[in-house]
Amino acid sequence: MGTDFLQYTITGLTVGVIYAMVAIGYNIIYNVTEIINFAQGEFVMLGGLFAAFFVGTLHLPVFLAFFAAVIATGCVGFAMERFVIRRARNAGVLSLIIITIAVSILLKGSAMLGYGKDPHCLPAFSTRGPIMIAGAVLQPQVLWIFGVSALVVIALSFFFHRSFYGKAMLACADNPIAARMVGIPVRQMVLLAFILSASIGAAAGVIITPISLMDYDRGAMLGLKGFGAAVLGGLGNFYGALLAGCVLGLAESYCAGYLSSGYKDAVALIFLLLALFFKPEGLFGSEAATLKKF
Amino acid sequence: MLTVSDIHTYYGNIHALKGISLQVRSGEMVALIGANGAGKSTLVHTICGLIRPEKGTIMFQGAAIHGLLPESIVERGIAVVPEGRHVFSTLSVEVNLQMGGFVHRRNSSQIQEDIHWMFDIFPILRQRRLQLAGTLSGGEQQMLAISRALMSRPQLLILDEPSMGLAPLVIKEIFRIILDLKEKGKTILLIEQNARAALQIADRGYVLETGRVALEGESAMLLEHKDVQRAYLGQKGHLSTVPFAAKAQKRQRSCGG
Repeated sequence: MGTDFLQYTITGLTVGVIYAMVAIGYNIIYNVTEIINFAQGEFVMLGGLFAAFFVGTLHLPVFLAFFAAVIATGCVGFAMERFVIRRARNAGVLSLIIITIAVSILLKGSAMLGYGKDPHCLPAFSTRGPIMIAGAVLQPQVLWIFGVSALVVIALSFFFHRSFYGKAMLACADNPIAARMVGIPVRQMVLLAFILSASIGAAAGVIITPISLMDYDRGAMLGLKGFGAAVLGGLGNFYGALLAGCVLGLAESYCAGYLSSGYKDAVALIFLLLALFFKPEGLFGSEAATLKKF
Repeated sequence: MLTVSDIHTYYGNIHALKGISLQVRSGEMVALIGANGAGKSTLVHTICGLIRPEKGTIMFQGAAIHGLLPESIVERGIAVVPEGRHVFSTLSVEVNLQMGGFVHRRNSSQIQEDIHWMFDIFPILRQRRLQLAGTLSGGEQQMLAISRALMSRPQLLILDEPSMGLAPLVIKEIFRIILDLKEKGKTILLIEQNARAALQIADRGYVLETGRVALEGESAMLLEHKDVQRAYLGQKGHLSTVPFAAKAQKRQRSCGG
């Protein structure tokens, strides 16, 4: 019983931090533009597939492949903003959201053409065998996932609270009109938000691929669950997304373990629905959260 | 320094500015007065690049600036204290000031220096340095909005309704600060509904009515002008005139501070 529980907790936290990273990607773009970028899940998928390509075809070492995949996906985010979103900048937010759905379909289709329908794999980042903790199995890759996610969160906190551009992004999120009046180039900030979100999504995709493989079709589900986490944590709320992602991952894992794995995917959706019905501002969408979005 | 010539601006289908021309010379303070909906804020948004004019030119220090992006206009030396203050309420006072200096982001020592200079002018902001701007009082937020605008080291400072929603005592303090800035040599365009207070400290004034300049001249002349007195200064009022109704509305609003 105890062993099972521990095992489910490890599994749950592993997917949880991935959802959290997807949710953070949503939040960054949402905060600057009020767009829900439904292509966020595709960035995760692209990250995984790019990395698989760099390792499998170009035979790059896995760490180099990680950075190459993050940069490549960042470029996709750049292109998405520069050539699609920016061209439609006079459209309303709802139209832009629908455009992101179109982009996600496009990315998914291109990935299918480029990589085929089969799942791709990636070697684990370190080659040592699994670690046993009180009877539960802990893959070293899980530690990598926790480590990389922690690094991403620390780097983002640092970016938003220390760097001038990070603070300017917060300012855009806080009051776009005033941001323009003080001379913050809002278009550049939007571009930066897309690059950042794409890169974070890609990082999540690369670190999860050695455990769960990656195929062209995974983006939609990851995106949906990440969106659930973003809403549950309060849209735009950085730390809320982290916590909600873990809650979602754990709930999913316990459901799969104790009820039936068939219901697993429903859990995130039920959480999303409950949040939308009863607490649309999210768990952390309280007054404190509206005062401090990140 | 700033020359606006025959500017036409539309808000959707509404012809908000119908050929406005005005001039601000270096070192002077110009007041722009007018009732609600006269087009004062539209003019501010047009000058600072948030809205593009349909027709007309805006020259600043000899170069055309209409059609430029807001960030390039700030870089050229125009800073706006927006109506309703618009501080970054979820960010600290200090970060608000840093953002005001965004165009000088490559010179962090200058920004530090300027923040200290702002703290010297507005000591209350030093005490509130790490507080979120949204938790400040209205008057403090107005001081923050002014100092944030000064952080870009503007040649021309545009103040849009600095007295709005503030208590009379606080308004007095804000106007004292504005006068102080003028005496230090800043060129200022002051947009106000509070016509008397604005004209008392400005050198010249323009009266805006429904998107047109109705009157212009020296402040002293405008203060004495009987149309201005009747419509904006609350003397010998005609209940039926539109500006008077707007003024009554303004009074209600300024009581709410």
